[in-house]
Amino acid sequence: MLEIKDLHADINGKEILKGINLTVKPGEVHAIMGPNGSGKSTLSAVLTGNPAYEVTKGSVTFYGKDLLELSPEDRAHEGIFLSFQYPVEIPGVSMVNFMRAAINEQRKYRGQEPISATDFLRMMREKRAIVDLDNKLASRSVNEGFSGGEKKRNEIFQMAMLEPRLSILDETDSGLDIDALRIVAEGVNKLKSEKNATIVITHYQRLLDYIAPDFVHVLYKGRIVKSGGPELALELEEKGYDWIKKEIDQ
Amino acid sequence: MSAEKQYIELYERFASLIDVKSAPVLNAQRTEAISVFKKMGFPKITSENYKHTDIPTAYTPDYGLNLNRLDIPVNPYEVFRCDVPNLSTLLYFIVNDSFYTYHENKARLPEGVLAGSLRELALSHPELIAKYYNKIADNSKDGTVALNTALAQDGFCLYVPQRTILEKPLQLINILRGESDFMVNRRLLVILEEGAQAKLLVCDHTMDNAKFLASQVTEIYAGENSVFDFYDMEESTLTTTRVASTFVRQEAGSNVLVNGITLHNGVTRNNYYITLMGENAETNLYGMAIADRKESVDNYTFIDHAVPHCHSNELFKYVVDDDAQGSFSGRILVRTDAQKTVAYQSNKNLCVTPEARMFTKPQLEIYADDVKCSHGATVGQLDQNALFYLRSRGISESEAKMLLMFAFTNDVIENIRLDALKDRLRQLVEKRFRGELSKCAGCGVCR
Repeated sequence: MLEIKDLHADINGKEILKGINLTVKPGEVHAIMGPNGSGKSTLSAVLTGNPAYEVTKGSVTFYGKDLLELSPEDRAHEGIFLSFQYPVEIPGVSMVNFMRAAINEQRKYRGQEPISATDFLRMMREKRAIVDLDNKLASRSVNEGFSGGEKKRNEIFQMAMLEPRLSILDETDSGLDIDALRIVAEGVNKLKSEKNATIVITHYQRLLDYIAPDFVHVLYKGRIVKSGGPELALELEEKGYDWIKKEIDQ
Repeated sequence: MSAEKQYIELYERFASLIDVKSAPVLNAQRTEAISVFKKMGFPKITSENYKHTDIPTAYTPDYGLNLNRLDIPVNPYEVFRCDVPNLSTLLYFIVNDSFYTYHENKARLPEGVLAGSLRELALSHPELIAKYYNKIADNSKDGTVALNTALAQDGFCLYVPQRTILEKPLQLINILRGESDFMVNRRLLVILEEGAQAKLLVCDHTMDNAKFLASQVTEIYAGENSVFDFYDMEESTLTTTRVASTFVRQEAGSNVLVNGITLHNGVTRNNYYITLMGENAETNLYGMAIADRKESVDNYTFIDHAVPHCHSNELFKYVVDDDAQGSFSGRILVRTDAQKTVAYQSNKNLCVTPEARMFTKPQLEIYADDVKCSHGATVGQLDQNALFYLRSRGISESEAKMLLMFAFTNDVIENIRLDALKDRLRQLVEKRFRGELSKCAGCGVCR
């Protein structure tokens, strides 16, 4: 579904991604690991079309479509979803209005009628249950005053609402205690199917205990320097990143 | 010819006609007012408080006036039909500066409450009106106020006697109509006696394409422990200039909310002068402006804490788009004896385009030493992170901007103490941001 070829990207003239190659197929879970500053979050930002980043070289196709030509909203409509590392607080925009707008724009893109009020409320209720999100949070402003754990659960709730084909979880485990981590991971697992795929960006093995990856990639200095199976994550957990850094820097 | 000269000549030529078509209580104030105007003239653009609205230029065109009080050719009750669910109001109209008399309203008011034409009430209740008329407004503050006092022949008056609670909100719709350039001088007087409660919503509209200058002076007397809500909404056109001054005097324990909302306009200058005369009085002064194209919105506010233990809350928010201009100048004065004053002022502004301009001047002047006061102002752009977050969920850029602008103005709307109006205004503001309210479509609150 996703084909990344020799992807280079800049922010403010500084090159962060220096030639990424990655292929993701439906049903797969890919973990992208790597030390701080290796470009993990940049990759997720570039894939979702964050205007702060500039792609200088390479290509990304999603089901054959040139992803880089699409606006962030159209990438979402095509089925790409990013669970933000730092979900943004938007005072004054209620979760309900936010989600209704998102769902209806997605439906418009697919040539469907806007969702009815009752269907929408039922959908909200069902999806909320997946991540155990309090009704009170759903009636508040987007992420405003949410705890770290609530923000991450809210991300997965939105993912459940939008039913993406490719989900990118950017450091979804950061700032979560063990219970919240379990709820979030269970939510992700419930949403997994043969038809969708997940890219899990993380520092630690911890999240991968809950969300089992099929492939593990190590990102370092803007390139994928090592790929392997789940055992690679365990090795990293045990030995840290230094041995890889050494290998590459030599 | 200077802008002032034509009005002085007009007054001198037509003084007797103005008097004949008005009421003695109003006429009694004219001589003094015109002499103040002669002395002061219009505020110049070089004066500190009028840097961003050119008053002399606004008054320069040769506008027509209806000093002869010719009849209103339309029945506004037929032109305007209120179909807002849950917003049931007692409806009044002023077409240009003439009050449209409609007798059915009278029967629906509680005992002792008077609402209607200022001129008529000044004729039928001269002592009552004389006690307040032009006593709260200060002609020496501003030449536009003095000129209004000299020329105004009619307007609206609301009187609520002691401990009377007016449950139903009153709505006054000001309509500007005319084939040629036209000037109106309106006068509003609100008197709430001790313990009285009322809500008044005033909506300004322009129906025709001529150039209009609307001068309005509002006087509000809030007696002890009275509660008054004043929603002052403008939904006019690019060819309309509005110069409005609102003077509020609050006695002990009174609670007044003033909310000035500019949804569409041409050039607008609003002055709000609020004096807290009695202890434990509370003022809530809110404002919101959405300006685009070449619109200009200029709000000046002055809250005078004259006595101890009073509370004032002030919040103004602007969304300035295209080539529009916004200006806010807010002054809070805490006098020497006004200990234990609590006064908060905030002005937050969003400039949507690089061409949009916003001027803000928050001012606190404190002479007491045991007070809690704060003021702040911000001018910024839309939050790019929030914008991307919304877009990443599939919300188009224009829709996402709309949501953020709407959210920005939300806290001013949240402070409205009339649920039906709050709901209605949310819809109106949303429509406004969507560009569906590109010109005055009748009374937005009503339609």
